[in-house]
Amino acid sequence: MASVKGPLSPHLTVYKWQITMVLSILHRATGVFLSLGLLLLSYWLLSVASGPDSHAALSAHTSAWYGKTILFLFTFSIYLHLCNGIRHLFWDAGLGFEIKTSNLTGIITVISAISFTLLSWVAGGML
Amino acid sequence: MNLRTPLANTRGLGSAKQGTEHFWHQRLTAVVLVPLTLWLTTSLFMLNASDHNTILTWINSPPNTVLLLVFIISAFYHGQLGVRVVIEDYIHSEWQKISCLILVNILVVLAGLVSVLAVLKIFLGI
Repeated sequence: MASVKGPLSPHLTVYKWQITMVLSILHRATGVFLSLGLLLLSYWLLSVASGPDSHAALSAHTSAWYGKTILFLFTFSIYLHLCNGIRHLFWDAGLGFEIKTSNLTGIITVISAISFTLLSWVAGGML
Repeated sequence: MNLRTPLANTRGLGSAKQGTEHFWHQRLTAVVLVPLTLWLTTSLFMLNASDHNTILTWINSPPNTVLLLVFIISAFYHGQLGVRVVIEDYIHSEWQKISCLILVNILVVLAGLVSVLAVLKIFLGI
């Protein structure tokens, strides 16, 4: 089939930024990012299973500033994807579609994700 | 020359009988992953700065081993289902799309197996 060259619709740039669209984009972005996190999880399990030396070698990276930055982003992504995922499950059940409700649950999602991230890092002694 | 209407063609393909499978499995794994993810992140933050032996002991306890294995299988499957949709949505060239899907599937199987074997190795104390 010949591909049609024409303007793409919807024209993403003409929309006003809203919490619902930002979370929709972030849900996909964090989902892809967290899939990479699974590769890190398997590398961590592999290093632990291989012995103290390989585990120490990985820990040297994860406790460095760049490793901690990546882990912080993973933590926030986990909680954002998890909270927004629960929001999606309610939608699947047919609940919370009203504009007011979905804006409110969106704000709750962002606040919860930030709170859980900071709480984990403080409680885990990572900050 | 094909005299059949597009609708007839589509109907002629027949049902794959798995139209809702992707949607349903994504939701099933999502529901399973909500408590498991909270459990794993909490555990990992509590294990922060622990030495190698403490981590081994944690993985070694049977409930942790089982939950970890369920998490690994659900998370990798959930990730594969999600990344697949993203690829299908944004990569329009047919051969690039199929190559990416195959590559992702291979990666998921490899990394998933590595994780499962690592946990089993620790559990069995080999």
